[in-house]
Amino acid sequence: MILSIVDSTLLLGSIGTVAAGVLFLVSKRFYVYEDPMIAEVEEVLPAANCGGCGFPGCKAFAESLVKSDDISDLFCPVGGNDVMKEVSVLLGKEVAEKDPTVAVVLCQGACEVRPKTSLFQGPQSCAISALVFGGETDCQYGCLGFGDCVDVCDFDAMHMDEETGLPVIDSDKCTSCGACVKACPREIIELRPKNKRDLKVFVGCLNQDKAGIAKKACSVACIGCAKCEDICPKDAVIMKDNLAYIDPLVCTLCRKCVEVCPTHSIIETNFPPKKVRVKKQENPPQAQA
Amino acid sequence: MLKTFPKGGIHPTENKITATKAINRLPVPKVVYVPIAQHIGIPSEIIVDRKDSVEIGQVIAKSGGYVSSNIHSPVAGTVTKLDMMVDSSGYKTQCIVIRTDQKNEANFQEPEFPLKREITMGQKEILQHITDSGIVGLGGATFPSHVKLDLKNDNKVDCLIINGVECEPYLTADHRLMLERADEIVVGIQILMHALHIHEAVIGIENNKKDAIKVLKKAAAIDKRIKVAALRVKYPQGSEKQLIKSILKREVPKGGLPMDVGVIVHNVGTVFAIYQAVQHDRPLIERVVTVTGKRLEKPSNFWVKIGTPIKDLVEAVGGIPEGTRKVVNGGPMMGKALKSTDVPVTKGTSGILVISEEEASRQESKPCIRCSNCVFVCPMGLEPQLLMNLSEKGFYEKARAEDILTCIECGSCSYVCPSHRPLLDYIRFGKSIVKKLETAKN
Repeated sequence: MILSIVDSTLLLGSIGTVAAGVLFLVSKRFYVYEDPMIAEVEEVLPAANCGGCGFPGCKAFAESLVKSDDISDLFCPVGGNDVMKEVSVLLGKEVAEKDPTVAVVLCQGACEVRPKTSLFQGPQSCAISALVFGGETDCQYGCLGFGDCVDVCDFDAMHMDEETGLPVIDSDKCTSCGACVKACPREIIELRPKNKRDLKVFVGCLNQDKAGIAKKACSVACIGCAKCEDICPKDAVIMKDNLAYIDPLVCTLCRKCVEVCPTHSIIETNFPPKKVRVKKQENPPQAQA
Repeated sequence: MLKTFPKGGIHPTENKITATKAINRLPVPKVVYVPIAQHIGIPSEIIVDRKDSVEIGQVIAKSGGYVSSNIHSPVAGTVTKLDMMVDSSGYKTQCIVIRTDQKNEANFQEPEFPLKREITMGQKEILQHITDSGIVGLGGATFPSHVKLDLKNDNKVDCLIINGVECEPYLTADHRLMLERADEIVVGIQILMHALHIHEAVIGIENNKKDAIKVLKKAAAIDKRIKVAALRVKYPQGSEKQLIKSILKREVPKGGLPMDVGVIVHNVGTVFAIYQAVQHDRPLIERVVTVTGKRLEKPSNFWVKIGTPIKDLVEAVGGIPEGTRKVVNGGPMMGKALKSTDVPVTKGTSGILVISEEEASRQESKPCIRCSNCVFVCPMGLEPQLLMNLSEKGFYEKARAEDILTCIECGSCSYVCPSHRPLLDYIRFGKSIVKKLETAKN
């Protein structure tokens, strides 16, 4: 009885020893040198593997950070400046400082303001429906509403609002990795600077049609009247193709344009509610979380 | 045993309800909307302006490049607008809007073209006429015909195939044209053979059009070089590659053109347009359109001016019946549902199909049961279920390696799938991405 225990212990023990020896030799023989710095840098990175930096994962990005001499054009949008500073300290290389950005949806075409004029029965995907036609509404520039952007979001920062049929972005969770920007066949998602209180003023429309056609398709469409351009004290509004665009780098968030927009297509977010000065609040500022 | 292509194919219910209806002329519409992108390739360039008055057959948009085509005014009238309009692609494109001059008699005279057999023009002149007349492939692909006819030196073409297959269910435009204009088509073939120095031509017709076979055989008896081949009924035999395989047993190489195996294929409609352009100097401004559907009051075939709004056609057959779900531009297999009936008829519109709710509804897609029906019916020998999965999951490189680009989008796979999977939708999507990636690479 005891003998059999000893036997098996010896046998298994010797097999283990031999295997360990083989493994040791193999690991020596086929050793691949890897800069230990890569692992250290990877440790600092957020491990989201979202691809927002343009590399197929945090490890690849870390490798690139360690190997290239000039890393000023590499940036991790998820980690932001804090992470990049840590990387800079670790590697002793200069890194670029970028203002944090956040994704915004440039379409307000909810079901009630942008009526559906046709029905798409194919696979419920924006990319496929965009191949077939201009969308279920008469606006061929706006949101298609099948949520391709929500599907690609790794950070649970997006969901489809069932009432409006539009995607809603959670600014706190959004890391501005840009996956949704790439997924949208209509290019209605833009990364805009996120200041301290996440105050934003932007034109929530991409419709390039002439005023009448745009307005007929969607009551909150930008009709290209250029009133915002006229009133803007800083020339932050750029008019092109019957469409206004507010340059976030020039805009001082004075919100004069929001008031003059006849179709309410300019959106302001996260501003505290205005006080008595506004007499009648027809359209309260859209609280986009 | 009748000839056909060996690999894959299906036989959907034919439903050729308009086969016995003669082609009538649709009244000239009050306003025509002529899109500038009616063909594959570069859109044409508009050369008229607002308030210009135009004559029938006047060039209103000229060819924008080599793979492009002239566009002619289908009516005499005044250009009222150059506007963006939704066309059959589902997107807004530039359109020339022309109001018909109600006083101009040329608009309402029935054009009469007596049969003219004698071919007086030389080779170059014929090709120039075809280029100038804005002729594109009328089978549906709308590929500019002059590009097909422009033979490079290293291509030796020994056979001309005329496509009278019309394998799409419901459509009868080509069928009626063959019955009513057989002599003109034969002259058209002679013109092409003369211009290209080809000594053999075969007209391929499926055996469900026995009357057309008979009529064309009789008409072609004047020229021994022209043969008529009766083919077994099988979809998608009207596809160029399948038709060549059926008639000549030659296989067009992957990514190649029929020219590579010494063949040129033209649709019967195109041949008739070529006859009119060369013999009567008449550009392509009208075509035959089948307006059909099981519930329509009087489905029929029409000669329609390019640019006629589709709602005029639907009204001419008794209006859209109740319970209609889709109005399709083309046949049920390859056609595309229209966004609205304001869309105009273009050079590629071979039929308008009005289908009801129960016929049109998509069934719920269920998981793949690996029955491999789609593989058996694929005429190109692809694996549709694999290509769909690869496209859906985003493995575009792999999809390219599996020859996703050779798919002819016939829809046989989606037709037979017992789980109602949207195979073609995803393959088409995958194709578009793969093409995009390829152009980005170059």
